[in-house]
Amino acid sequence: MMARKSPWPLIAMALWLAALALTPVVLGNYEVRIAISIAMFTALALSWNIIGGFTGYPSFSTAAFYGIGCYVGALAQRSGVPAALAWLAAAAFVGGVSFLIGAIVLRLKGHYFAIGSIALVDISRLVVSSWGEVTGGGNGLNVPLLQGRPPEVSALVLYVMLGIMAAAFLANVLVDRSRLGFGLRCIEQNEDAADMVGIDTTRYKIAAYVLSAVFPGAVGAVYASWVGYIDPTDSFDILTTVKVPVMAMLGGAGTLLGPVVGAVSFVLLEEIFWANFLEWNRAIMGAIVVALIFFLPGGILKLDWRAILRRPSRRKAAERKPG
Amino acid sequence: MSPILELQNVSRAFGGIKAVNDVSFKLEEGEIVALIGPNGAGKTTLVNAITGVHTPTAGKVFFEGGDVTRQKPFQAARRGLARTFQIVQPFPKMTVLENVAASALFGGHPESLAEAHDHAARELDFVGLGHVAQSPAASLTLPNRKRLELAKSLAMSPKVLLLDEVNAGLNATEIDGALDLIRRIAARGVSILIIEHLMKVVLSLSSRVLVLHHGELIAEGPPQEMVHDRKVIEAYLGPKFAERFQKEMALG
Repeated sequence: MMARKSPWPLIAMALWLAALALTPVVLGNYEVRIAISIAMFTALALSWNIIGGFTGYPSFSTAAFYGIGCYVGALAQRSGVPAALAWLAAAAFVGGVSFLIGAIVLRLKGHYFAIGSIALVDISRLVVSSWGEVTGGGNGLNVPLLQGRPPEVSALVLYVMLGIMAAAFLANVLVDRSRLGFGLRCIEQNEDAADMVGIDTTRYKIAAYVLSAVFPGAVGAVYASWVGYIDPTDSFDILTTVKVPVMAMLGGAGTLLGPVVGAVSFVLLEEIFWANFLEWNRAIMGAIVVALIFFLPGGILKLDWRAILRRPSRRKAAERKPG
Repeated sequence: MSPILELQNVSRAFGGIKAVNDVSFKLEEGEIVALIGPNGAGKTTLVNAITGVHTPTAGKVFFEGGDVTRQKPFQAARRGLARTFQIVQPFPKMTVLENVAASALFGGHPESLAEAHDHAARELDFVGLGHVAQSPAASLTLPNRKRLELAKSLAMSPKVLLLDEVNAGLNATEIDGALDLIRRIAARGVSILIIEHLMKVVLSLSSRVLVLHHGELIAEGPPQEMVHDRKVIEAYLGPKFAERFQKEMALG
């Protein structure tokens, strides 16, 4: 881990970013929408990776960060703040919230932390639904639309989402290579021992939690500007909070490219099942998730790809011999 | 010269149970002191109370003259008050070298990551684990895991080392090796408080023995005297056997 880091994840990510950025030029509206979805969920999964992957704290707060981001961005824009500034404000605000909440819930460990983090989603949703005069309550909020023709707007949203995704990836790379990341990995493997070798575990965990919050905050705000209307059920969707860790684990939690691979695979699979099995897609998706957790606990990237690719050729060679 | 570690009337209760009750002692610089007592006497709880794992419910802990009663474990480590665990606590997925480098980086005061690694490599050679530096920590044998615990605490350049049963589970040859290692650590000027059941270790290493029973210090003195102390024998064997034992000893 402390040996010199391979440059390949960085190169792969740069190529992937370029490919996604090309979709508005070479492909149609539908593909651009999918690209936006991929960029969004990759950013969310990469953010989760810092607390859930490196630190080993199974956080279910993603939807809370995302939803609060939606509302802060929308409210800022409605009071006349320019869109870009509203997005930054949302990220900063969510960072502050996660700092305060983290100082409380990070005292819990394992399942208890997971439950505490999921409660944050419900509490935020309840506050937003009941605080009608500010948030519009259950009626939702209209958000000023971005200026431009529809294809221009989706291209802009895509580029902004890609920017957030790149920033989240960069945060992962920096954490992975820094003292902070080393400390987080120690906490993941043995928190008591980490404490005993001089790591201020509380501070490190809060740092990881805040880093896992700011990007979802920004994603939520940008999403709100894109769709033009938000409501509590959609913004604080419990499914988001479950989907994102599943994506990261599907690819390989605690690795740099795992969340990226996981998010793409998940979004594409979901798209295929939505299109072909309108009524059964959730059930199929659930079955796939269960199967993956049973048979691929380390994620797609942890598979021994070389051995898998070698096996068919060896079998062929074995078949040839007796004949 | 003030003691490097001093406990004043330290108690630690869990609900109604006083695991450690009103314990006071001093550890002078460069000393090796043994802490013995039957199972459940509160030895590990006492170490936990000193290093901040469990904050004492009463009393004070002084380290280098400063009050450290309310410190957190990571603060103890950074101050130079290191410990090993009775049940070894490695970072299983890291290599042996990374395990020790973590201690050097966070608990010591290195200039850089590279320096932390150099320091870690030196400590591994010191405890005799240089040849397995690149192996995963989970693959080590028990004696080597105990040595890894020692290397981890040494990498923090401690002034005081609390050794919690570092020899438990080792065979006779391995214990001789461990004894030699502890002597070499002491020769570096580290003051040591060693929790131990093996009388061979206690007798050959320590200049002073503290005896803990039901959370209280019942005796304190040179090791040879403690072995024959009536209260100590009673604590271990019960009053009846202690009487018989002493009669037999008197008869020769």
